[in-house]
This record gives sequence, C-alpha cells and structure tokens, in this order.
Amino acid sequence: MWIYEKKLQYPVKVSKCDPRLAKYLIEQYGGADGELAAALRYLNQRYTIPDKVIGLLTDIGTEEFAHLEMIATMVYKLTKDATPEQLREAGLGEHYADHSYALYYHNAAGHPFTITYIQAKGDPIADLYEDIAAEEKARATYQWLIDLTDDVDLQDSLRFLREREVIHSQRFREAVEILKDHEGEKKVF
Amino acid sequence: MDKQWRFYRPYRSPFDPCVPKRVKAYIVPPNQFMPFQPPGLRTFSPHEALRRGTLWPDLYSRYNPPHREEIDP
Repeated sequence: MWIYEKKLQYPVKVSKCDPRLAKYLIEQYGGADGELAAALRYLNQRYTIPDKVIGLLTDIGTEEFAHLEMIATMVYKLTKDATPEQLREAGLGEHYADHSYALYYHNAAGHPFTITYIQAKGDPIADLYEDIAAEEKARATYQWLIDLTDDVDLQDSLRFLREREVIHSQRFREAVEILKDHEGEKKVF
Repeated sequence: MDKQWRFYRPYRSPFDPCVPKRVKAYIVPPNQFMPFQPPGLRTFSPHEALRRGTLWPDLYSRYNPPHREEIDP
C-alpha cells in the first residue's frame, strides 16, 4: 500500500519556452533507462530477493515514481501552451497526431515503452547488478539532458534527479555487499 | 576544476571532417570509491541536503561539464 503526498519531491520550475526539450525529456519518462522502467523493475524484483534488501527496493522503487511525476510535470509545462504548429516545429508533430497534448510512455525517438526494457532474473546478485547499471545509465541520461538545455531552473531540477541516481547506485552496491554475507569468513573490515 | 572529471586525448585523423576535439572529458561520481558507506560521515544542513539531493557531501556530484577552453587551452 502507498500513501500519496500531494507535492513533488523537488520543485520543478521551467523558465524557458522550449517545447523541443519535452521531446528529449520524454526519454526519462518512457525510455529504457527511464523512471517508469526503474520503478517497475525494482518493485517487481522485491518478491524474490532476500529479506534484507526488500525494503531498499521498495523505497527506491517508490522514489522512482516521484521522479516520474517530476519528469511528467516538466513535459507538461513545456507543451501545454504550445500551438500544434509550434509542436510540429519542435519535432512533436507525430506525437500530436496520435496523442494531442497527452503524455505517453515512449522514448525520445518515439518508440513506445516496452516491458522488455526490464529483467527479473530471480538471482539476487544478477538482479542487483542490473539495478546498478540502470542507475548509472539514468545518471548519464540526466547529464545529456542537462547538456541539451540552458534553462538554469530546469537544470537545477535535473541535477537533483541526477544526484538521486548517484545515491541509488551507492545503495544497490551496498545491498550487494550485504548479500555477499561475509559471516563465517575470517575477514577484517 | 572539479576533481570528478577525467580527461583523455582521442586519436585525431589528418582528415577529420569537423574541427576535432583534442581533449574529451567524462565524469566519475564519488560513489565509485565507496564500497559501503562508513558511519559518521559529515552531513549537509537539512535545507542544503534537500536542495542537493543528498545528505552526504562525500557522495555529492555536481554535473558541471568543463568548457572546451578549460581543458584544451
């Protein structure tokens, strides 16, 4: 069960009218290394991972939905007042033809989200390494998105999201260390 | 210059079609050097931490790509 708090995890301020950026930001919405893929991946892996790290997957999976909501807010703000002509100029003509102003889960190139983006192997080490890789790839995506805009307010929100990827990667690697379970070994830390 | 950045000089062809970048840069965030976070690390103030996205200065990575002139004067 979840409890919903009716505010964003971090404020989203968009100061520059730039509908084209929405086309790029959607990568983190419905792309392979996006927030939707991350949330679904972690929340699904929870059931078959050792008890010690279930809570971590719950917490991070939940936070990914909070990030998804931030990305959605950015995309919405960048497109809601654009004319169809402006959307067309921004490379969003195809999107408008199918979805009008609605958001949709696809990547920057327009490919629809597919669940084959994520894996659940049932092997705790294999699953956690996928999670670590996912965090580093999402961090990289945020870097390229920061590079693609000069809106400092939007960059600020993107930097926050990028830092969260750094921390999540750290926690997943700590989870691997926990599961290595050095008990019984003569090992000095 | 932020110490998280690394640099390398890629091969340049005498026939590069575009003005070649002599130095390329990539970032290595600090989590790569911390296998397991030790207890008692210093912290940001709560407000600062909420802004930056982490409580821990040792895990903070600000992505500020260096300008071309900075790395290749």
